[in-house]
Amino acid sequence: MREAGISLAGTLILLFARFLTAVRGQWEGIAPTDEQRIYFANHASHGDFVLIWTVLPRRMRLASRPVAGSDYWLKGRLRRFIGRDVFNAVLIDRTSPNRGSDAIGLMTDALDAGSSLIVFPEGTRNATQDPLLPFKSGLFHLARARPKVVLVPVWIDNLNRVMPKGEFVPIPLICTVTFGAALNIAEGETKKDFLARAQAALLALSPKASAP
Amino acid sequence: MTMPHPDLVAVLAGLLAVLIVASTIGYVLERRLSPDGSNAVIENLNHRIRAWWVMIVLMGLALVGGRTGVTLLFAFCSFAAFREFITLTTTRRADHWALAVAFFIVLPVQYYLIWIGWYGLYSIFIPVYAFLLMPIIAALRGDTDHFLVRIAEVQWALMICVFCISHVPALLTLEIPGFEGRNVLLIAYLVIVVQMSDVLQYVWGKLIGRTKIAPRLSPSKTVEGFVGGALSATAVGAGLSWMTPFTMFQSAFLSLVIVLMGFFGGLVMSAIKRDRGVKDWGHMIAGHGGFIDRLDSVVFSAPIFFHLVRYGWSAT
Repeated sequence: MREAGISLAGTLILLFARFLTAVRGQWEGIAPTDEQRIYFANHASHGDFVLIWTVLPRRMRLASRPVAGSDYWLKGRLRRFIGRDVFNAVLIDRTSPNRGSDAIGLMTDALDAGSSLIVFPEGTRNATQDPLLPFKSGLFHLARARPKVVLVPVWIDNLNRVMPKGEFVPIPLICTVTFGAALNIAEGETKKDFLARAQAALLALSPKASAP
Repeated sequence: MTMPHPDLVAVLAGLLAVLIVASTIGYVLERRLSPDGSNAVIENLNHRIRAWWVMIVLMGLALVGGRTGVTLLFAFCSFAAFREFITLTTTRRADHWALAVAFFIVLPVQYYLIWIGWYGLYSIFIPVYAFLLMPIIAALRGDTDHFLVRIAEVQWALMICVFCISHVPALLTLEIPGFEGRNVLLIAYLVIVVQMSDVLQYVWGKLIGRTKIAPRLSPSKTVEGFVGGALSATAVGAGLSWMTPFTMFQSAFLSLVIVLMGFFGGLVMSAIKRDRGVKDWGHMIAGHGGFIDRLDSVVFSAPIFFHLVRYGWSAT
């Protein structure tokens, strides 16, 4: 019964996302295969991982867990149901004093259990005019903790126009989700170098980067 | 639900036969010339035929479903087209409410007015009420950057994607003496003539096309393709007069108007795509680009066809 409710809610959310955004996944640098991955994406809206989730083939979707802030997703019954049960999110307490090490621990646990992860290394939703905020160090520590798991940059385009921060009625617009080539952390690569490389790989997928 | 009119059954059966022939030809061509999927023209052809199946089945269901079915189908087409159009505009945060009103109030109201058949309101609702209301909402947000451009873009998107497309189901509201209960055939007629014109222009262009008609807008359109396609589609339209209230000559004339409006509509929509630097409006239908890519010819011909028929044949 509960299982059915969760699966129904998931289907409804997917249908709603498709209705609003007609979202399409573009597998440019990598194929949709069952390999374990860490997807890292730009973050402009609460709907971001819903879109990634929507374009992943079903089996991959069930194996992929978004990483999100528990301060948002544990507030209220509906959010808790959607965040924890439907999306099966890895919830991170952003307010705890030693949040850094706790968060990495939770994420490596999920990886060791075989899941793929969806992370937003900017740390918070980007409401600025810049395409990307500087990455937080979490991605570096995660990559160092599990260097074998490939990191896949994912660019979500247009969703910030569908539902800008602070609005509550979404506008239907076509969105795309572009998957780039996988990268790994190199032996001895510094935090600064690695984050710059990851950031550049993600930014290169944005349509504005390729426009003349 | 009542039984569909025998003429409608005949039309749908005819379309089914044409599609079966087309699919067979596509299959044979693929086996002969492109077994490994390497011939782009044939692959494209087969994509188109497959998308055609989906369109004809949807269209058939809607036509059999009567006024409600047709209105719902075209309301959805308007929604998808409007979504594609707005995606390409420069609208920004301050237009959020104006766009929400356009999507969730103007569009449903327009189709509701058509569904209840209130000609006096649906023919002016968007150009009068929506066009005045939306700039007001946008102005209230106080962002004046590119204000005129933003307003113009949203208004044109509404005009093309909602107002014009809604004139297809509006054909059902006409009351033509001696043609009662068969209005869905006018829609089938319009769509068949428009689509035949597209296909025949493509075929003539591939066969004898030399002189480019508008190389900057649409490199694949040629004078030979246009003339050949327009004349043969007009001939097809004349041959379809049995399913309309028109005589054969009237039908040829109306088909010519539909074909010309469709052709120039395609050019205008290509110009917008060039301006925005995209090849297709969207990615909804494999082999066909977006909804607007398929609807551009219907968009321009539907309101003109509607008003010509209303003026010349309708009792109201």
